[in-house]
Amino acid sequence: MGEPIDRGRRQLLTVATTLTGAVGVAFAAVPFLASWRPSARAKALGAPVEIDISKLEPGSMLKIEWRGKPVLVVRRTPAMIEKLGGHDDRLADPGSERSKQPDYARNDARAVNPEFFVVLGICTHLGCLPASYFEARDTADGLLGADWPGGFFCPCHGSKFDLSGRVYRGVPAPTNLEIPPYTFADSGHIVIGLDQSRVA
Amino acid sequence: MGGQQQGGAAPGRLAAFGAWIDERFPMSALWKEHMSEYQAPKNFNFWYYFGSIALFVLALQIVTGIFLTMSYKPSATDAFGSVEYIMRDVEWGWLIRYLHSTGASAFFIVVYLHMFRALLYGSHRNPRELLWIFGVLIYLALMAEAFFGYLLPWGNMSYWGAQVIVSLFGSFPVIGDGLVEWIRGDYFISDITLNRFFALHVVALPLVLIFLVVAHLLALHETGSNNPDGIEIKKTKGADGKPLDGVPMHPYYTVKDIFGLGVFMVLFAAVVFFAPELGGLFLEAPNFEPANPLLTPEHIAPVWYFTPYYAMLRAVPAFAGTQVWGVLVLFAAILLLFFLPWLDRAPVKSIRYRGPIYKVALMLFAANFIMLGYCGLKPAVAPFTAMSVVGTIVYFVFFLLMPWYSRIDSHKPVPARVTS
Repeated sequence: MGEPIDRGRRQLLTVATTLTGAVGVAFAAVPFLASWRPSARAKALGAPVEIDISKLEPGSMLKIEWRGKPVLVVRRTPAMIEKLGGHDDRLADPGSERSKQPDYARNDARAVNPEFFVVLGICTHLGCLPASYFEARDTADGLLGADWPGGFFCPCHGSKFDLSGRVYRGVPAPTNLEIPPYTFADSGHIVIGLDQSRVA
Repeated sequence: MGGQQQGGAAPGRLAAFGAWIDERFPMSALWKEHMSEYQAPKNFNFWYYFGSIALFVLALQIVTGIFLTMSYKPSATDAFGSVEYIMRDVEWGWLIRYLHSTGASAFFIVVYLHMFRALLYGSHRNPRELLWIFGVLIYLALMAEAFFGYLLPWGNMSYWGAQVIVSLFGSFPVIGDGLVEWIRGDYFISDITLNRFFALHVVALPLVLIFLVVAHLLALHETGSNNPDGIEIKKTKGADGKPLDGVPMHPYYTVKDIFGLGVFMVLFAAVVFFAPELGGLFLEAPNFEPANPLLTPEHIAPVWYFTPYYAMLRAVPAFAGTQVWGVLVLFAAILLLFFLPWLDRAPVKSIRYRGPIYKVALMLFAANFIMLGYCGLKPAVAPFTAMSVVGTIVYFVFFLLMPWYSRIDSHKPVPARVTS
């Protein structure tokens, strides 16, 4: 009782107890924070999707849903493929260096097979759905200019993309449209959500 | 006569009951401290209505919200239908829902006016910095509460508004994608997202809000209220130890506030009964269609109270391959509010005694904030894009140059006692 108080010891014990408690709180927080991650059911529902492309006409587009996102499949005509190289100077990222795509889709056509263009139809600006304007005559209001080589236009904030989903300069969207992982199951079927390398 | 005698006996018993409670819980002490003996400056004016009105709207939102949860179903398949069920089939359901949706907008109107009052009379200045910080935290919690609540009707604007705001977090480098997935709990805004936003909206954030409001009031009653003259009434006390320029909160300001509340409720009822959508400002047209992940509304605009910040977000172009800058500007615009008490270096608090520079700056700031809000409602085309850029610059200049212009500004002598 009469002993002097060892303040240094008392402070050490206080700090040590506080730190131990804080570590405990941090560990206890893990289950709660982790419970916010996609659940097993959400992961299962986000599984790969197979689509039939054998009946897709050249020059037309198919829209399917994968993980709640619209996936666009465009069967490009030879004329469309030819037009891809002509406007690199107007693009923000013509080589797709800063954009998201699997390595097997990092080329001018941004595709495994240039004829079939698979892309997420979600604007890289704020997630709106870009509309398809494949031909210049679609743009009667003149918004896209007479030299429009065809592509996508986002109605929300005016971002423009070409037929490879590559973004134009001077629009809000920073990068090209994202290409999801996909692979050809056979000549008539594409599997969205599965990487090319897994099969090849 | 007999009645009078009975009436005389009742207070005795009531007083005894009060004493019984006071021995166990500081009921009369709390009443005295915060109401009947809380000394408020006697010169409060019109601008001092909005604190009590905000408190009323909070209570209104809690009560109407509780009743809405009794009929609402937080699931992607049922949410939209259950809101229509409330509107059509639940007795008085339309009224409860319109009170809640109009209350959300009213809350922001009242809070914006309440904050403007602080800027007018220097209510955020020493010694009330913490009071102000609690206030800004309330504002932040309110924005989160409104954002989570807006997803619940599961209309198409709910869906796409949430999509845009949640994807803001995806612009952060490295952690962005994982962060967005974590917030949504799915690969897109889904049933899972709706369910957790519901939990946050009806349980977590109301608790945070109530806690912050209590802290705000405790801080207010610790420092004492500011007033239109920006004078500390505690400095001039009478022989009884009470401020000479103070009057007790109750009955003086309880009565005044009830009058203000009456006027507010007339206006509020006019909107609830005659224009609950207020031309698409309070309830947006695309929200009368169910959420559709594959159909973006032609023009996504948040509800009016977020649009000043939305305009700032859009004003900043993508740069170095990322649009994170706009998001950082948006967060910075709100974070700056926390530093306001220290940015203002004027020797006087109230605008009554401040020089022309601050008067002009504040009016410009308020007009600019409204202009930004207007731009945020409009599509991102000329002239609104250019106006948003100018507005964003003006917003930041108001805060960042304040330490300089508030110091060089002239000021008038401040009286020792409150005026009028």
